[in-house]
Amino acid sequence: MNQLIKFKIDGKECMGEKGQNIVDAAKDNQIYIPTLCNIPGIKPRGACRICTVRVNGRLMTACTSPIAEGMEIESKSVDIENLRKAIIELLFTEGNHFCPSCERSGSCDLQALGYKYQMLIPRFKFQFTDRAVEASHPKLIKDHNRCILCKRCIRAIKDEKGRSLFAFGKRGHHVEINIDTKLSKDMTDEQALEATEICPVGAILKKERGFIEPIGQRKYDKQPIGSDIETLEH
Amino acid sequence: MNKAIDAIIKKYHQDRTRLMDILIDTQDAFGFIHESAADQIAETLDISRVDLEQTISFYHFFSQKSRGKYTVYLNDSAVAHMHGRKEVAKAFEKEAGCKFGGVTDDGLIGLFNTSCIGMNDQEPAAIVNGTVFTRLTPFRVKEIIKDIRDGVQVEDMFRASYGDGNNSLELIKAVVNNNIMKKGPVLSSDYTSGEAIKKIITQGPNDVIEEVKTSNIRGRGGAGFPTGLKWDFCRKARGEKKYVFCNADEGEPGTFKDRVIMTERPRLLFEGMAVAAYAIGAEEGILYLRYEYKYLQRFLESILEEMRYNNLLGKNIGGKKGFNFDIRIQFGAGAYVCGEESALIESAEGKRGEPRDRPPFPVEKGYLEQPTIVNNVETLCSVVKVIINGGEWYKKFGTRESTGTKLLSVSGDCRYPGVYEVEWGFSITDILEMVGAEHVQAVQVGGPSGSCIGPNEFERILGYEDLATGGSMIIINNRRDILKDIVLNFTDFFIEESCGSCTPCRTLPVLMKDKLVKIIQNKGVMQDLMDIERWSGIMKANRCGLGHTALNPILSTLKNFRHLYLDKIQKEIEFDTGFRLEEAVKIGKLVTNRN
Repeated sequence: MNQLIKFKIDGKECMGEKGQNIVDAAKDNQIYIPTLCNIPGIKPRGACRICTVRVNGRLMTACTSPIAEGMEIESKSVDIENLRKAIIELLFTEGNHFCPSCERSGSCDLQALGYKYQMLIPRFKFQFTDRAVEASHPKLIKDHNRCILCKRCIRAIKDEKGRSLFAFGKRGHHVEINIDTKLSKDMTDEQALEATEICPVGAILKKERGFIEPIGQRKYDKQPIGSDIETLEH
Repeated sequence: MNKAIDAIIKKYHQDRTRLMDILIDTQDAFGFIHESAADQIAETLDISRVDLEQTISFYHFFSQKSRGKYTVYLNDSAVAHMHGRKEVAKAFEKEAGCKFGGVTDDGLIGLFNTSCIGMNDQEPAAIVNGTVFTRLTPFRVKEIIKDIRDGVQVEDMFRASYGDGNNSLELIKAVVNNNIMKKGPVLSSDYTSGEAIKKIITQGPNDVIEEVKTSNIRGRGGAGFPTGLKWDFCRKARGEKKYVFCNADEGEPGTFKDRVIMTERPRLLFEGMAVAAYAIGAEEGILYLRYEYKYLQRFLESILEEMRYNNLLGKNIGGKKGFNFDIRIQFGAGAYVCGEESALIESAEGKRGEPRDRPPFPVEKGYLEQPTIVNNVETLCSVVKVIINGGEWYKKFGTRESTGTKLLSVSGDCRYPGVYEVEWGFSITDILEMVGAEHVQAVQVGGPSGSCIGPNEFERILGYEDLATGGSMIIINNRRDILKDIVLNFTDFFIEESCGSCTPCRTLPVLMKDKLVKIIQNKGVMQDLMDIERWSGIMKANRCGLGHTALNPILSTLKNFRHLYLDKIQKEIEFDTGFRLEEAVKIGKLVTNRN
């Protein structure tokens, strides 16, 4: 076993293993720090910024920052929770998210976080960005309207030679996620399903498959996001 | 398979970390990176097409479509606009016969906007096929377009003479001027190449680091991290190899001092890199140079060659056994964010210039996962003087907190724009008097990411303890409309240059620009100002300095020039969507001929 270290989250004494990042260490101590771009087992990227916490007066992403002995982490203060809510709202207003008609409604991390943070009307203006639905790939549908640019697919889905099937294109607010036309032709059903599942929202969908689980019986229909880690106080 | 592309890929040993070089050479050879070239590069390097394209599409100077046989990149910075950019742009469109963002029907000329190209002291300026044209006027534009149509070589399109100093050398041949207005230790001609190297080889690396620490010199790029400490961290870090990077990506609008240093004191810079290499134990150095300065390539490479010949680079430098160090030049391709050290490293590895998550810091894990220092051009030059004259000598310049001198790039509304090397501790008033500036409404200190200050703060001094700056000083006189001419331009700049990785930096500046435009159009209300202030805190959650400072143009003017905003907003109402039915249906009415 690795060296154990002590740290605090919102004043609560915690223990973790050296080298663990704050999100994972918090989880082991039954504390939920919300994430969107993070995927267990894959090198974190700190893209969405939803897991932002404060340590020593500085904001940092809990998914990329390792715990340290004696570290005092602030996660649930009013301003940080408000910051997270603002980021959720920014994502909702940046893309075009119509939950009622989305295949992932009920199992979508963004929607679940919207509920968690009790988002009603975003404080920001909707951008109504003109985005495409791409159906040219044999196994996948890419709905750019719903994409939150978290890079999960880029980081997780590679072919047997380690080549990326997904990649960013452009920069700034024009950024988009593209699928390799050539490699996507040889995609297996398993890979297509994996890509669908790795996507936290409904931006990547496997073709010829939909609404397998009825709405109302999906993951976050049954229990709110994070409640598998931490019992929510109400 | 295309043989020319094959040769380019082989030149860089089919190494995917050299992708930037491969793409730059391909773009330079063919004018753009066409479909088949992209396929060939991706296939040979064994990466997917989308992976290749994510790098191509990140950089402003790469293109997958033809941008014309002659590509004009006209600087779009605020200072260019102060000096008649609008008329020049109009002349280009009229003479060429196409709009900016497009290419003429015959494919001869392409017109494109570009972020600051480091020529703010001689605007309006443009880059045409790698050659810089400065002080443009509508008449000059006519001449250039005529020359293009007549098939004149771009470097022969000058009308008077090449610029001052080394700019007129055969290897540079640029119409660019240095405009050195004040010299200090860095720009002083009192320097013999190799002096610092001769001195350090009699000392140990730790002595060199100690001397740098004694001088208290801090990073000149703007962040101000103590240089000696950075070197010490890197020396102590474990790695198979260590790297010295020089950050010559000066992209902050209004800075151009590194351009002048590299034109006039390149040996000083390269010697500084060698000193750094000796201190940290590195054998490889990379000068990361912005693509806008590609016209300096042949000159800088000749200096490197000369230094190798003089045994100031290469094996057993200065006769010291085991002191091996060499430098190569790595070009960027148009991305402001690559001035951030970890983004710069990503770019040098052939990737998108997205800043990395920290920790680990570059001094622990940088280029190719190895301990790396990234230092500014000016820092490395100053260090040579510290080594030659001693840290104690250096401390005599400047203030206690900020030792030494600073090169300022002064531009905007003043009689003598150019480079001024001053001691830290000068007040803004001193500087305004020095550069011949009157009726000054505001000074933008440190470029768009810095702060915009008014006359009531002109007694403040330049220094890490008060006004820290990377050196960009843009002077704005009282004829300017700060919100429209300055703040809007700077905000557009940050929107254009965001890498797009972090949610707040990708989305919020766009929303803030909407607010700003609404205010400029007299549709704003008090709530808009409150929203801007309240929402700005979200930007602190971004990863890098660009993300942290992208709203500074708005925030610092809202703080220091609040009256400009208050004058513009509607006071009698509390809410306004900014939507005007009349305006929205105007075009529709015209088309349908209804009133």
